[in-house]
Amino acid sequence: MSFNAILEINDNVATISLSGDLDANSAPMFKQTVESIPPEDVSKLVLLAEDLDYMSSAGLRVLIFSKQKMGSDVEIYIVSPQEMVLDTLEKTGFHHSVTIVDEYEAVAT
Amino acid sequence: MTIADRIDIHPTHNYRDFKLRRGKPFPFGASLVPGGVNFSIFSRHATDCTLVLFERHGEQPMMEIPFPEEFRIGNVYCMVVFGLDYENLEYGYRMDGPNDFAKGQWFDRTKILADPYAKLMGGRDVWGTPPDWLNNYQHRSRIVFDDFDWEDDRPLEIEPEDQIIYEMHVRSFTRDPSSAVPEKHQGTFAGIRDKIPYLKELGVNAIELMPIFEFDEFENSRVNPETGEMLLNYWGYSTVGFFAPKAGYAATGKLGMQADELKALVKELHKNGIEIILDVVFNHTAEGNEQGPTISFRGIDNKTYYMLTPEGYYFNFSGCGNTLNCNNPIVRDLVLDCLRYWAEEYHIDGFRFDLASILGRDPWGFPLANPPLLESLAFDPILAKCKLIAEAWDAGGLYQVGSFPAYGRWAEWNGKYRDTLRKFIKGDATVGEMAQRLQGSPDLYAWEGRAPATSINFITAHDGFTLMDLVSYNDKHNQANGENNNDGDNSNESWNCGWEGATDDLAIQALRRRQIKNALAMLMVSQGVPMILMGDELGRTKQGNNNTYCHDNELNWLDWQLLDTNADLFRFFQQCIAFRKAHPVLRNRQHFQNQDYVGSGYADITWHGTQAWNADWSKDSRCLAFLLCGKHARQGTREDNYIYVAMNLHWQANWFELPGLPADMNWHVFANTGAASPEDIWQPGSEPKLEDQGGILLGDRSVVILVGR
Repeated sequence: MSFNAILEINDNVATISLSGDLDANSAPMFKQTVESIPPEDVSKLVLLAEDLDYMSSAGLRVLIFSKQKMGSDVEIYIVSPQEMVLDTLEKTGFHHSVTIVDEYEAVAT
Repeated sequence: MTIADRIDIHPTHNYRDFKLRRGKPFPFGASLVPGGVNFSIFSRHATDCTLVLFERHGEQPMMEIPFPEEFRIGNVYCMVVFGLDYENLEYGYRMDGPNDFAKGQWFDRTKILADPYAKLMGGRDVWGTPPDWLNNYQHRSRIVFDDFDWEDDRPLEIEPEDQIIYEMHVRSFTRDPSSAVPEKHQGTFAGIRDKIPYLKELGVNAIELMPIFEFDEFENSRVNPETGEMLLNYWGYSTVGFFAPKAGYAATGKLGMQADELKALVKELHKNGIEIILDVVFNHTAEGNEQGPTISFRGIDNKTYYMLTPEGYYFNFSGCGNTLNCNNPIVRDLVLDCLRYWAEEYHIDGFRFDLASILGRDPWGFPLANPPLLESLAFDPILAKCKLIAEAWDAGGLYQVGSFPAYGRWAEWNGKYRDTLRKFIKGDATVGEMAQRLQGSPDLYAWEGRAPATSINFITAHDGFTLMDLVSYNDKHNQANGENNNDGDNSNESWNCGWEGATDDLAIQALRRRQIKNALAMLMVSQGVPMILMGDELGRTKQGNNNTYCHDNELNWLDWQLLDTNADLFRFFQQCIAFRKAHPVLRNRQHFQNQDYVGSGYADITWHGTQAWNADWSKDSRCLAFLLCGKHARQGTREDNYIYVAMNLHWQANWFELPGLPADMNWHVFANTGAASPEDIWQPGSEPKLEDQGGILLGDRSVVILVGR
């Protein structure tokens, strides 16, 4: 399924809605989206992952990149990841570096 | 000027659709550079070299790019290829050159060769998936990313004498469903991470993983004619890729994320105060003897990488078909680069070198007085805080326990400790040698100024019986290995306590449990570094098989139900470990001086027998006791309790007269293996006072540990 990433920035919160397959082909597009966020303008990066069906190592790489690019002052949330994506995050230990939540409302304020 | 404007990263050559430029010779391997990948490989004797590129899992190469002659610098072929989709790339090399067996040259350009510096390897992505043997490139080099989020992690640098090592096999630890880790984590790095709470509960502070460098579990795989079962290269002492973690040990191996998963394990271990030591096999490779497969080194530069006889055959000091030519400068650098990489990139805390004596042989097999490789490792700035542990012997008869070239850095698996303890436990009269082993083997190490922590003390390890089998079998029972019981060590120094194997006899069962506790008690009060074999704390059996290298089944998989069955053993181990941690006098940094140098009125160590102050050193003696003066802990820099250990390995009970304590102190019982659980051991600090302060009766084959405070 084709990948899509839509960015919105409101009140210091950058939200990216992810859908489709995040693999080696689509990772550069996700990376570009992350790169377009000015870190000084945001305190939270929220990734809406409910419609993200698949994430390969390339996708994980961009998540790591986001964490390093945004710096330690920006909190990263992954909202409602599907089981496959969550599993990958857990096995590679990346779930320790971000906050995984079920509901967007939990981080929107 | 932005990086994109730099002219030194612009292509200078074209080959079909690929843009190229001369690469950098260092580092060897495939490295990401702006816009491309730098490929660099050494061969002294090749006449030309071709880079072979595959899409991931592709049967046929997508492109083969010959290195232009002007891209060769000395003996190194190096080239940058731009615009590669390196996420989905696998690569290898073809090398051309002389093919002359007698001269040791095996060049064959029909073979595709793995990069000796490959940081990831594909081809065995999921454990146990039968390979396609028709594929002409079995072990595929891949490119890794060094972007793991380590936060502030770094190796723990636990003082050597404070270590308590747990030797384990990645797959065996959690593969059995009784491990209760999620099914997809069973047998993987992620599975170990799930079980860190167990390791903490046990109390160990270092795990030593049997080989995790990429290996081929299907190497020499075969069906056991007796059982019809598939036998594998299960332990993995046969390296395919020295820089690549075993993909089949990662739940994420099929996604190519094994490096991330292993790093996540290391990071979590460190957060929990547990170091990670890797068992590394540099003595030989998976290419085996003259009949073995060509995977990498053989086709790249056979004569450089292997020790060869004058006729061109492989020397076999490893017992595995070939011997890596470790003191050739090229191979030496490979080993050094490899260990630096694991220390730097994976935050590994230490290395245990399989058959390490081979690393001290010259290219013709003769032992060197001053082996350059061992010296380089000892003084390397990146490895400076890593533990270096030698298995100080090889299969060619070089036995160096006590004489391994150490440069003040190397510790040794103390095989003499193992043998002496085993003999004493089964009832041989070896009190004189026992005294040495309990003190950290000063007879082996003190003369050269090597600390007690040089001695890695162990009674059991992956080679040989488990502790339960050591007290349950007189002889090995290796029929399941399909080698007519000819494999495995015949010298086990074991005693079955009266019946070979499992028995309903309660007296024998009780004696075996006591013997296990005796062994562990002695191990934990010995100076040096104790190492426990995975599962011994649960009374694990391998049914008398002392060489289970080929079994991917319950013989190797740890049965976690034993935690219920043998709760008393687990508790005994747990408390003994806690006791060792609580008492610095058990973890001295220097050898005993056998004198009172702090003015306590007691020497740092004194020896006793059934009579206090009068040890029986006669050749029939099976009783020995010693007293550690707490005021001499860590050479008098720490205040500790007095500790008295009495060992009665006689078949009869014996009364041990106790040495007197300073006036304000009393003896308390920490452990008495002759007592029934739970009164066999107490939580450190809560030991009950001994009723008769003058002496104690030790049951037959029992050990008592007292604390004076």
